[in-house]
Amino acid sequence: CRHGFSNVSPLPFQNEELRNLSLSGHVGFDSLPDQLVNKSTSQGFCFNILCVGETGIGKSTLMDTLFNTKFESDPATHNEPGVRLKARSYELQESNVRLKLTIVDTVGFGDQINKDDSYKPIVEYIDAQFEAYLQEELKIKRSLFNYHDTRIHACLYFIAPTGHSLKSLDLVTMKKLDSKVNIIPIIAKADTIAKNELHKFKSKIMSELVSNGVQIYQFPTDEETVAEINATMSVHLPFAVVGSTEEVKIGNKMAKARQYPWGVVQVENENHCDFVKLREMLIRVNMEDLREQTHTRHYELYRRCKLEEMGFKDTDPDSKPFSLQETYEAKRNEFLGELQKKEEEMRQMFVMRVKEKEAELKEAEKELHEKFDLLKRTHQEEKKKVEDKKKELEEEVNNFQKKKAAAQLLQSQAQQSGAQQTKKDKDKK
Amino acid sequence: MDPLRQSPSPSSSQASSPRTLSCEGLGYVGIEAVLDQLKIKAMKMGFEFNIMVVGQSGLGKSTMVNTLFKSKIWKSMMPGLRVPTPQTLQLHSVTHVIEENGVKLKLTVTDTPGFGDQINNDKCWDPILGYINEQYERYLQEEILITRQRRIPDTRVHCCIYFVPPTGHCLRPLDLEFLQRLCRAVNVVPVIARADSLTIEEREAFRHRIQDDLKTHSIEVYPQKCFDEDINDKILNSKIRERIPFAVVGADREHMVNGRCVLGRKTKWGIIEVENMAHCEFPLLRDLLIRSHLQDLKDITHNVHYENYRIVRLKESHALPRGPGWVNLAPAPPTAPGPAPTGTRASPGPAKVCRWAEDNSDEDF
Repeated sequence: CRHGFSNVSPLPFQNEELRNLSLSGHVGFDSLPDQLVNKSTSQGFCFNILCVGETGIGKSTLMDTLFNTKFESDPATHNEPGVRLKARSYELQESNVRLKLTIVDTVGFGDQINKDDSYKPIVEYIDAQFEAYLQEELKIKRSLFNYHDTRIHACLYFIAPTGHSLKSLDLVTMKKLDSKVNIIPIIAKADTIAKNELHKFKSKIMSELVSNGVQIYQFPTDEETVAEINATMSVHLPFAVVGSTEEVKIGNKMAKARQYPWGVVQVENENHCDFVKLREMLIRVNMEDLREQTHTRHYELYRRCKLEEMGFKDTDPDSKPFSLQETYEAKRNEFLGELQKKEEEMRQMFVMRVKEKEAELKEAEKELHEKFDLLKRTHQEEKKKVEDKKKELEEEVNNFQKKKAAAQLLQSQAQQSGAQQTKKDKDKK
Repeated sequence: MDPLRQSPSPSSSQASSPRTLSCEGLGYVGIEAVLDQLKIKAMKMGFEFNIMVVGQSGLGKSTMVNTLFKSKIWKSMMPGLRVPTPQTLQLHSVTHVIEENGVKLKLTVTDTPGFGDQINNDKCWDPILGYINEQYERYLQEEILITRQRRIPDTRVHCCIYFVPPTGHCLRPLDLEFLQRLCRAVNVVPVIARADSLTIEEREAFRHRIQDDLKTHSIEVYPQKCFDEDINDKILNSKIRERIPFAVVGADREHMVNGRCVLGRKTKWGIIEVENMAHCEFPLLRDLLIRSHLQDLKDITHNVHYENYRIVRLKESHALPRGPGWVNLAPAPPTAPGPAPTGTRASPGPAKVCRWAEDNSDEDF
C-alpha cells in the first residue's frame, strides 16, 4: 500500500473556477465556526493516547502529571510473560469541554528475555481499533456521529535515558508503528541525564530515526497561527520529560517537582525539562490535528490496505462500480458458510465413526453370546450323554442284579428240589 | 482491586467504563484549547452550503435568495427581462464563494423554474427528488471508493425552501403532495411568499391553517421534532415551529426610510421594510437558515437523510441477482428509490437537469 497524501491541504475552494461574490451587508454566516464548535462541545471529544515503554519508565506518572489527575494504577510487575495492552477510559471536564480520554498502556514491554514479538500486540491493538471503526462504517445501518472513537490518536514512545542511543527494540517497534499511528518520541526520566549529555543524546536519537526511516509525527506548519510555535518546538524533539504529582514548595508557591538531596527538579520549569513543551504540543496546540491525521491518514491507509487485501479495487469508468459493503459482507458470509460446512463435515465424520465403533462392539458382543450359547449347549449335550450312559449302566446293573437274583433263585430252587429229592429218596429206602 | 479496571487480552479493544474526573484541581491542563483548534481548522477548510428554492414562478424566489445573501446570486434574473416560462421543469444551479470576517462559504443555490407552472403538474416533484437523490448518490459513490479524497465534496441539498403562494386559504394539493414527498428526503422550510399581499391577521390565520394541514398529513418540516436532542433544543425549536411557515418578503433594492437606508419594496402605499419584524418575518428566516441553524441543517442532512438514502441503496443492491464477479451497487434509478417509495416507479419524464458541472445523462434501465 502506498503512503497517503501530503500534509498540506490547499486553501479552500481555490482550485475551482468559482466566482467570489461581494456582499453588500452583514449576512451572518460568520457565526458558522461557533455553530460548529457548539455542536462538538455538546457531543464531547475523544482523545486516545498510547504509551509505549518499558515497565517502570514513568508512563503512568507522566499521564497523571499531564492531566493533573491521579489516574488509577498499581505499578506493574516485571514478570509478565508477554506484552499486553491495558486500556482505561476517563471523562475529563474543563469549563464546558468534555473530553473522553482513553489511556492505553503497554504492560510488560521490554521485560521478556526474547523480545522478538513485543511489537505485535501493540500493532494488533491499533489495527483492532481501526477495524472496529471500519466495521461500523461499512454497516448498512450505522451511527457514526455518536460512535465512541477508540482509535489511537497519539503514541508517546518512552525512550530510556541511557544517554547513548536508541535500543534496537525501540527502532524495530517504532518502525512497525510509524505508518499506523502518530508517534511522538520522548525521553523519560530525563532528570537522570546531565544537560550536555542530553543535547548529544537527542541529536543521536533523531539521526538514528532519520537513518532508519522512522516517520514520527510532524507538528503542522502550514497553518499560520500555529506554524511558528510548532516549528520552534520541533527543534527540541524528542522531548526530555520528567513526571511528578508530588508538590514541593519553591519560593512561595507550590510546584510539581521531584526532590533530591542535591536539588529540586521542577516539572514545569522549561530549564529543567521539556514537560511544558510536551503539554503544549500534545494538548494545547495540536490535539485536533492529531485526531485529524489519525482519521484522514492512518485510518484511510488501513482501510485502503484492508480492502485491497480483500480483493477490491476502485472501478475504471467502463466497468460497473463495486459495492464495498455488499462484497465485504458477501465474503464474510462465504467464509462463515465454509466454516459451517467444515463444521458439518466434521460432525458427520464423528457420527459415522461412532456408528462404526458401535457396530463393531455389537458384533463382538454377538459373537461372545454365540460362543457362550455354544458352550452351554455342548455342556448340556455332554451332560445328557453322561446321564444316558449312567442310565444304561444302571439298567445293566439292574439287569445284572435281576439276573443275579434270578440265578440265585434258580440255584436255591434247584437246591431245594435237590434236597427234596434226596429226602424222597431216603424215604423210599 | 478496582472494579473498573480491566486487563484485556493483547488485541482486545475494550476499555473500562469512563469515570468522570475534574482536572481543575491541580491546575489548568488546556483541554479547552481544542475548541480554538477546531475553529481554526474549520475556517481554513471553508464551509459548504447548498440550498434549493422551490415554488411557482413569480413568487419571488430569486429575489429572496439575493436578499438572504445580500448579493446578486442570480445575475441574469432581472425582474423585467423574465425568461419565458420553461415548458418543462428545469433545475438550475449556481455556485459562489462568499466571505465574511475570514469565514469562507461556498454557496450553491438551485432554482427550479417551471415548477407548478404547467397545466398538468403531475409528478413535477420527480425531477427535484431525482436531483436530490443524485447528490446523495454522488456522495455515496465517493464514500465507497477505496482511495478516497481527503474531503469529499458535498453537493447534497442541505435545505429546500418551499414557497407557498399567499392564497390565504390553505395548502393546495400540489403543495401537500410535494411537501409529503420531499420532507422524507431533505430538510424543507416552507415560507409564505409575497406576504405583503396579506394583512397581519390574514397571515396568522393562513399560518395556522397551514400548520393544521401539515399536522393532518403528518408532514414534518424543519426543524423536525424528532431530531431535538435535548431540552434546550426542544425549547428553542418549539418557538421556531410555532412561527413556521414564516411570512416573508424579498427585496434587493435599498430605500431611504427615516434617514436610514433599508432593504425594501416601494409601493404607492408605503415601503415594506424587509428586515423589520413588524413588516415581515424575513429576519426569522435568515436567522434560522444562516445564523443559528446552518450547521444543524448540514448535520441532519448528513446524519439522517443521507444515511436513510444509503440504507435503501445498499439494501437494494443486496436484493438484486448477482452477476459474474462481485456485482454491485446497481445504477441508481432515474428517480429516487427514496426512503418512502411509492408503489410504482415514475418514469423520468421530459425533465432536464443542467448544472455548472458536466451533464450526466439519465441512465437506462
